Amino acid sequence: MERTALSGRLTWQLGEVVATHQETPRTRSLTLAVPKWAGHLAGQHVDIRLTAEGGYQAERSYSIASPPEDGQQIMLTIEQLDDGEVSPYLTEELRVGDKLELRGPIGGYFVWEERLGEPLLLIAGGSGIVPLMAMIRHRRAVGSSIPTRLLVSSRTYEDIIYRDELERLVGTGMALEVIHTLTRTQPPGWVGYSRRIDAELLRAIAWPVEQHPLAYICGPTPFVETAATDLLPLGYEPTRIKTERFGPTGGS
Amino acid sequence: MSEGFISRAFRGRRQQSDVAGRLPPGQYLERGFPVLSAGPTPHTPLERWDFSIIGNVKEPKRWTWQELLALPHETPTVDISCVTKWTKFDTHWEGVSVETLLQQVDYDPNDARYVIAFSDGGYTTNLPLADVLGGKAWVAFSYEGQPLAPEHGGPARLLVPHLYFWKSAKWVRGLRLVEQDEPGFWESLGYNNYGDPWKEQRYQGD
Repeated sequence: MERTALSGRLTWQLGEVVATHQETPRTRSLTLAVPKWAGHLAGQHVDIRLTAEGGYQAERSYSIASPPEDGQQIMLTIEQLDDGEVSPYLTEELRVGDKLELRGPIGGYFVWEERLGEPLLLIAGGSGIVPLMAMIRHRRAVGSSIPTRLLVSSRTYEDIIYRDELERLVGTGMALEVIHTLTRTQPPGWVGYSRRIDAELLRAIAWPVEQHPLAYICGPTPFVETAATDLLPLGYEPTRIKTERFGPTGGS
Repeated sequence: MSEGFISRAFRGRRQQSDVAGRLPPGQYLERGFPVLSAGPTPHTPLERWDFSIIGNVKEPKRWTWQELLALPHETPTVDISCVTKWTKFDTHWEGVSVETLLQQVDYDPNDARYVIAFSDGGYTTNLPLADVLGGKAWVAFSYEGQPLAPEHGGPARLLVPHLYFWKSAKWVRGLRLVEQDEPGFWESLGYNNYGDPWKEQRYQGD
């Protein structure tokens, strides 16, 4: 089991929004300049803290989308939750020049570095693609040719986060394959999958277990449960399946 | 360094004072029950399940599922707080208190100042012995009147509600009593060694 210890204290610091990009109707990327950023590993996240006049504060965690190679700039991609307290502020209110309080990086398990080797299987549900994108961008930044397959499940074509960048990356021929499935509606002529992930779909796209693959799964809880559970009968070792889940299970 | 910082145009959703007073710092009130774990959900059949207390004990002790269920049950109603910021009020559990289990084991508290909980799937977490005694910790097998679901740690998980919920090890299979503290899974990965939500001890150094 790979472990990367963090050291020292994680102090709150201010980042400045230097760019924003609307990725999809519901998600937006923020690029933050963080002068004292100590670096991170692909897959880690940060805590964000918002403070209102009068001192009320709200904290949330967001995955880092950018690779460690971007130095003192980090990118977050935030999905707006309809009833969210923090995400609408980040997706709608915050603008270039604003400051944002954050601390990190956090989490040393759901991370990927080239030295871990092996074919990579990345499985993303919706905005679960964010930490996996950091891995893909890192892989590109270091020129790694480790065979990598990314399965992305999105509701509609318009909801595919990083769609254009992924297309470009696949075009560079660096042993990256991207497989899409659209669960709600598909555009005319769609050639990808058109259903929620299931055992059959995973069997079709997963690396054979003989290649000793390493799997990272991120998304809403039921998505991750399905993906992780369905990889086990294919022979994947539980310790080679790293998961990160978000969102409630609906009160169960 | 960012003392006194105000987020421009952030209003936030202040809670009523009775809620605010029950929420540890930096937490928000959650009505669902989010799931967090580092890998696939393990499924151990009950006939092969057992719970052990090992380590610095005179005789290691083991309970089968049936033997555990035969011990006196308690039904704690507690607030739980996850390091990922959610807090849930008034959760109802049923389980056997860790104190009840430890009473059946012969150990010297001087050689057992810490316990390492271990789980199916290889997860571990460390706690001071004092934090699992005195009705503060349970091996819980039921949640809201139902058998504990696998994704929430079933068949049984540790329940230590006064600490961040990663200390409440899912799929728990036993406790190892040790003299010297040793960091568990998340504690080795930058998370706080103790994890008191009221002191906001999320990460190393907090």
